Amino acid sequence: MSGHFEALPGGGAAVPLDEVEISILRSLAVQLLELIGPGDEPPVGEDPLAGLFREGPSEPPSDPALARLFPNAYADDDEELRAASAEFRRFTETDLRDRKRGDVLAVVRSLDALGAAGEGVAVLKLTADDSRHWLGALNDLRLTIGTRLEIADDEESDRLYRLPDSDPRKPMVMAYLWLGALQETLVETLM
Amino acid sequence: MDRVSVAPTEIERTEPAAEGFAVVEPDVPWVTIVHNDPVNLMSYVTYVFQTYFGYSKDKAHKLMLDVHHKGRAIVSSGTREEMERDVQAMHGFGLWATLSQDRN
Repeated sequence: MSGHFEALPGGGAAVPLDEVEISILRSLAVQLLELIGPGDEPPVGEDPLAGLFREGPSEPPSDPALARLFPNAYADDDEELRAASAEFRRFTETDLRDRKRGDVLAVVRSLDALGAAGEGVAVLKLTADDSRHWLGALNDLRLTIGTRLEIADDEESDRLYRLPDSDPRKPMVMAYLWLGALQETLVETLM
Repeated sequence: MDRVSVAPTEIERTEPAAEGFAVVEPDVPWVTIVHNDPVNLMSYVTYVFQTYFGYSKDKAHKLMLDVHHKGRAIVSSGTREEMERDVQAMHGFGLWATLSQDRN
C-alpha cells in the first residue's frame, strides 16, 4: 500500500494500484454506498418532477458516521436553532446524499473499468472531474472510518498509529492511513 | 446562468474573495463557522477554502490554521441565505460547518 497519486500532464491524476488495493478500495466504497443509502427514486406512477420537491428528513441520522457526514447546520443551543437545523436538513439532505453517492459511484466505476484491464498492478488514470469525485469520496470514507475508530482528537489519532499488530482495530487503522496518503497526494495534484 | 436568474436581488451574494471576512456589516450579521476535526487533512481544508470561496492560497492556509489551532474559524459572512448556501457546500466537502448570527 505505497502507491500515491501523481499529476498527469494536461490535468487529472494517476496512481498505481495492485489487485488487493483495488479490491479493498472497492469494498470500502460499496460499504459507504450502503451506508449513505439508495437514491430517492420516484414511486412507479408518480410524476418524476415531484421528486424535485420531495422533502428530506428533519432529524439527524442516528448512526454516528452518518451524523458526521450530514451534520446539523446550526449549533444545538436552543429550541429555535434546533428547529432551524431541522428545516435546513429537510431541504438539503437529499441533495447532499445525492452528491456523496455520486462521488462514491464514480470511484466504483473507475475501479471496475480498471479491473477489466488485466491482472497485477494497474495504473488508475483519473480525469480532473474524476479526481474531484475521488477526493470527496476518499474524504467521506476517512470521515466514516474515523468515526468508527472513534478518533475524537489529534492525540487519539496519534495513539491509533502506534497500535500493536495484535489489536483488532489495526487493519482498519492501516486502511485509514492508506486512504489518507491517497487523499493527500490527490489534493496535491489539484492545488 | 446568473444572467437569466429570476432570484430577487437581496439574495445575490457579493464577491467573497474581495471582502474582508472579519468585517461584518450591521445589516448582514450572519457567519459561516468551520469547526476543527481530527480527520480532515490540512491540505484538503485549504483546498476547499481556495476552491469554493476563491480565497488566495495564503488566506486559505491562514484560515485552515485558525480552524486547526483555535478549534473554529469564521470563513465567510453575509445574509442568512448566503450562509446556508456556504454551510451546505462545506457539508458537501465533508467539512463540519455551522452558521450563526454574529452578535459581536
